[in-house]
Amino acid sequence: MNRNKQFSISILLIYVALIIVMVIILFPLLHVTAVSFSGSKYIYMNSITIYPKGFNIEMYKIVFKDPKIFNSYKNTIYYVVLGTFLSLAVTSTAAYSLSKKKLIFRNKFMGLIIVTMFFSGGMIPTFLTVKNIGLYNTWAVVLPGLVNSWYLILMRSFFEAFPCEIEESGKLDGLNDIGTFWFLVLPVSKAVLATIGLFYAVGLWNSYYMPFIYLNSSSKFPLQVILRSMLESGQGLDGGTRNADQPVILESLKYATIIVSVIPIIVVYPFLQKYFVTGVMIGSIKG
Amino acid sequence: MFNILSNTFLLGLYSLLWGFPFPLIFALILNEVRNRKFKKIVQTISYLPHFLSTVVVVGLIQLFLSPTFGFVNQIIERMGFEKIVFLQKASFFRTIYISSDIWQGLGWNAIIYMAALSNIDPNLYEASMIDGTGRFKKLIYITLPSISPTIITLLLLSMGTILSVGFEKTYLLQNPAILSKADVIQTYVWRQGLQRGNFSYGTAVGLFNSVINLFFLVISNSLARKFSETSLW
Repeated sequence: MNRNKQFSISILLIYVALIIVMVIILFPLLHVTAVSFSGSKYIYMNSITIYPKGFNIEMYKIVFKDPKIFNSYKNTIYYVVLGTFLSLAVTSTAAYSLSKKKLIFRNKFMGLIIVTMFFSGGMIPTFLTVKNIGLYNTWAVVLPGLVNSWYLILMRSFFEAFPCEIEESGKLDGLNDIGTFWFLVLPVSKAVLATIGLFYAVGLWNSYYMPFIYLNSSSKFPLQVILRSMLESGQGLDGGTRNADQPVILESLKYATIIVSVIPIIVVYPFLQKYFVTGVMIGSIKG
Repeated sequence: MFNILSNTFLLGLYSLLWGFPFPLIFALILNEVRNRKFKKIVQTISYLPHFLSTVVVVGLIQLFLSPTFGFVNQIIERMGFEKIVFLQKASFFRTIYISSDIWQGLGWNAIIYMAALSNIDPNLYEASMIDGTGRFKKLIYITLPSISPTIITLLLLSMGTILSVGFEKTYLLQNPAILSKADVIQTYVWRQGLQRGNFSYGTAVGLFNSVINLFFLVISNSLARKFSETSLW
């Protein structure tokens, strides 16, 4: 009897602890959502927790009407689509050829790729190189980070496990290496392409460093850079100016803009989640 | 310069000391849950913050700690204390940086432990059931020894990256008022090199950092190889 009782208390504690963890993780997101939908009167009174009071979508109207935010949203989508496509094209072809044992200098190429994971020239030499090649303020958001070594290794181990009988049957039908890759290997690799593609897309969507360092015309700025400058713009208003409505609107605009920039991530998250755990595991075993 | 080195080192060290145990404890607790559905929900929620951008996470911090409408300061005010301008106080910088890192990475960093835990031979637990071992004893005598190679490897490898504090989050969280604690090598290189145009000086500091990082990594990797079979290369 005694043992049984102890058992149930410990399991209860475990559930309580995990529920607390979930609340801590979700609370910031729920609170920000709630504030973004609330009326300014309630934000004023500081009475919002996780559900909106005085529900309205005024802030979202302002956010979507703002030409700067709209333009940066467009830019981000452009960078994400273009970058993901190019990254996948280069990563998959490189990973496929590096997975073949007959490739000459295979290990040397691999060594060069792995070195970049542990050692880099640093910020300034990279910047100067990018600038001297002529990528500054043009392609630099996408090209310097085109291939992620980690994803390349992940994909390579996927291709290494690919049954060679299928490829040999292609050879018999007179396909060359490129044909085999395009007609036989790629169609059955959709899952791994989708996984890595989603990772690249999320990375590009969230990227701040590259556009911050390599872009200087504000018409090209992606969402993250605009979001940052918006979040910063209100810093000087802290305290003092509480009599006007202005600071409240400015403040709740920030909440709404954060939500707008997070929504796409939340939308693709279920798809991401389906694949990434296996992805992480392949990488950690074979990488 | 010495100040910046010690800032970088201390931020890395405290990140490791505080950040390392939480995912492990989380994985151990989650592993005790038998209800698959509940487990799945907890996992799904805990991975989510990993996919938020640094700008958004720092934005959340700024909004929550804001002295005007920030949630934290509302509570502080309601309890009858003075509001605190957290982001302008150097003494809060490391706490904010590290606790938000834990918030963001808790679930994600637990994945590898969850995998190690699921690889433990269930026969061991069955045998202990027959012996009537309690939950806590199972943890001490079966679970922890079984995953200790994973723990040691991860610990040693993260020791190798102690001086490679990232640019993005530090830069986004810092402001002139707290530079005394928040300035690290990466942001210093950026300020000297790209902002002030001292390219050669910035490059030298950056290269120095890269070399030290590599040195740390090589040492921790050889230790990892010695004490557990796994290593990076």
